[in-house]
Amino acid sequence: MWDYTDKVKDHFLNPRNAGKLDNADAVGEVGSLACGDALKLFLKLDDEGKIADATFQTFGCGSAIASSSALTEMVKGKTLDEALEITNRDIADYLGGLPKEKMHCSVMGREALEAAINSYRGIPIDTTALEGEVVCECFGVTDKQIRKAIHENDIKTVEDVTNFTKAGGGCERCIPDIEKILAEELGAKESASGPAAANKPLTNLERIQLIQKVIDEELRPALQADGGDLDLIDVEGKKVIVSLRGACSNCPSAQITLKDGVEGRLREMVDPEIEVVEENA
Amino acid sequence: MNTIYLDNNATTRVDPRVFEEMKPYFCDLYGNPSSMHAFGGQVGSKITEARERVAAILGADPSEIIFTSCGTESDNTAIRSALEAQPDKKHIVTTKVEHPAVLNLCKHLVKKGYHLTQLGVDEKGRLDLDELKSAVTENTALVSIMWANNETGTIFPIEEIAQIVKSKGALFHTDAVQAVGKIELDMNKVPIDFLALSGHKLHAPKGVGALYVRKRTPFRPFIIGGHQERSRRAGTEAVPSIIALGKACDVAFENMAVEQTEVKALRDRLEQGLINSVPLTIVNGDENSRLPNTTNISFKFVEGEAILLLMNELGICASSGSACTSGSLEPSHVLRAMGVPFTFAHGSIRFSLSRFNTQEEIDFVVKEFPPIIERLRAMSPYTEE
Repeated sequence: MWDYTDKVKDHFLNPRNAGKLDNADAVGEVGSLACGDALKLFLKLDDEGKIADATFQTFGCGSAIASSSALTEMVKGKTLDEALEITNRDIADYLGGLPKEKMHCSVMGREALEAAINSYRGIPIDTTALEGEVVCECFGVTDKQIRKAIHENDIKTVEDVTNFTKAGGGCERCIPDIEKILAEELGAKESASGPAAANKPLTNLERIQLIQKVIDEELRPALQADGGDLDLIDVEGKKVIVSLRGACSNCPSAQITLKDGVEGRLREMVDPEIEVVEENA
Repeated sequence: MNTIYLDNNATTRVDPRVFEEMKPYFCDLYGNPSSMHAFGGQVGSKITEARERVAAILGADPSEIIFTSCGTESDNTAIRSALEAQPDKKHIVTTKVEHPAVLNLCKHLVKKGYHLTQLGVDEKGRLDLDELKSAVTENTALVSIMWANNETGTIFPIEEIAQIVKSKGALFHTDAVQAVGKIELDMNKVPIDFLALSGHKLHAPKGVGALYVRKRTPFRPFIIGGHQERSRRAGTEAVPSIIALGKACDVAFENMAVEQTEVKALRDRLEQGLINSVPLTIVNGDENSRLPNTTNISFKFVEGEAILLLMNELGICASSGSACTSGSLEPSHVLRAMGVPFTFAHGSIRFSLSRFNTQEEIDFVVKEFPPIIERLRAMSPYTEE
C-alpha cells in the first residue's frame, strides 16, 4: 500500500472543487484513458483577470485525484501569470509530498494548468508531447519531455525520470536511452540542443495521442457546432473505435460523418490505413 | 471497523485448526528430524504424515512430494530442473497470463539463450489448444501452464493440455497455486510431470510450499546441500510450517465440496449483486470454467486504486489490476493479454473469497460498494454521455 500523507488522503477522500464548471473561461485537458490517468481542469476568471473559481474532473488513482484537488485550491485568487508559476513540485509540496512513484500525478496537474491557460490565451496546445524522438514506446514519452522533466525537477536518477514522466515504466527497454539522456543533461548543459525530428513510424501510444489530439482540436469543435459530439473509446492497432454523441447519435447522415469526415481526417493526419468504427456497431 | 477480507487469492487466514497443529513444534517439539535421537525422530513422523496429506489432495504418492519454501520456489525448481535434465532442448512454452513466478523466470532464461513461446488467450482468457499443438516441437524441453489464473480465476483444461504436451514428448509443469484446495486435482488422471502449490493460499502460513514431481520424471535439485527431502531439496525442514501445510491440505480436502457450494454461492451473490446495481461493468474471465471463489469485475471510467482506497475506508479488502496499484505503470498483463479495453482495464477489481466469508459480509459489500463507483464516476472526465 502507498504511503500517502494525511493531506493526500484528505484531498482524496474529501476532494475540493470536483466536477464540471459551467461557463468556464478556460479548460485544459491532459492524459488519456490509455495511460491510466486524465485530468480536465476548469477555470473561471473575475473582472480583474484573477482566477475566481477552479474545478476538476479526474480519472485516476488516489494521488491523481488529490493532486487535482490541491491544484484547484492553489490557483484560486491568482492571475494567470501567477498561476503559471506553480510547478509540479509545488503541488506535491502542498500535499506534504507524494510517493516518488506518484510524482507523475503532480506533473499532470501542472500540464493541465498550462493547457488551460494556453487555450484561454489562444496559444496552440503545447505539442511537446508529439515532438522530439520517442524514447519510451510504452508510454509515448519523447526525449524532449524527459529533458524538460530533468531540468524542472532537478532529476538525477533514471528511476526518478520514470517517477516523473512514466518513461521506462513499461517494458524497460528504453532504460539505456534514458541513462544516456540523463548523462547528457547532467554532464554538459552547454550541449542542450534540440533533437533531430525523426521520421520513425508512430508507436501505439503516440498514435493514440495524435488521434486524440485531432479529435479534440478539429473534429469535436466541428461536430459540437451542429449540436453533436464524438468520443474516442479505444484504439486497437489501426482500428479507431468512437462513439457519436448528442445530435450525431441519431443523425441519419452519421455514417457519412463517421466515414468521410472522421475517418478521412484521421487518415490524412495520422495514418492512411486507419479505419473508424462506431462502438458496438 | 470490521475487516471484510475478499482478497484470498493474495493470501489467506491461517485456519485455527492448522495453527493448533503446528503450535507444539516451536517451543516444545523443536527437534531436528534428521537427528539420531528420539526427540528429533518424533518430528520426522509428523513430516511423513504431512507428506501423505499433501499427496492425498493431489491423488499422488507421498514419495512424489517435495516440501519447499513457497510457490515461487516450486515453480523455479520445476522449470530449472526440466531444463537441466534435457540440456539439448532449448525451447520453453508458456502463456502470456502466468504468474510472475513463471513468467519472469522464463524471460530471464531467454537472456540465457532459451527460446520462449508465450501462448495468447482470447477475450475470456481461454487458450487455443491448436496453437499449443503447433508450438510444441522436438526442441521443446518444457511446457509450463498454470491450472487456474490468479487474477480472473479462469481454469485451463489441464487434462487435455497435459495429454497434448506428453504426446509431443515434452515435460509438463503446472502452477496450481490457485487451484489446490478449490477444485479437484488428480495426478492419476492427468499426466503432469511437475505441479507447484503454496501453503498460504490454502489457509496454511506463508513461507511453505510443495512441488509434486511424478515418479520417473527426471529431476535435478535447485537447492543443493544436505540430504533432506531425499537430496531433492536441501536445507533443514521448516517443520512447523510443513506440518501446517499437511493439516491445511487435509482440511481443504474435506472441505472441497464447500468451495463448490457455499463459497461459490457467495461469490455468485456478490457478482450478481454488483453487476445488477452498477451500470457499465464487465466480468473478466471464463464464466463457464472459473474458480468458485473468484470474480474479476471491471468498472468503466474509474481507476482501480481509487476504488480500493475508498473500499479500504469501509474495511473491505480486495485487489485491482490497475497500473497504479502495482507501481508498474501498466495495467495487469493478464487483462492486457485478454484484450480488455483501456476504458475497463484500469478499473478492474478482483474479489476472491474463502470459506471464512459470510453472507452478511457479502450483503454489506453489495450495499456499500455501488456508491463508491458512483462517487468516482461523478468525478471522472469520462462518462457515457
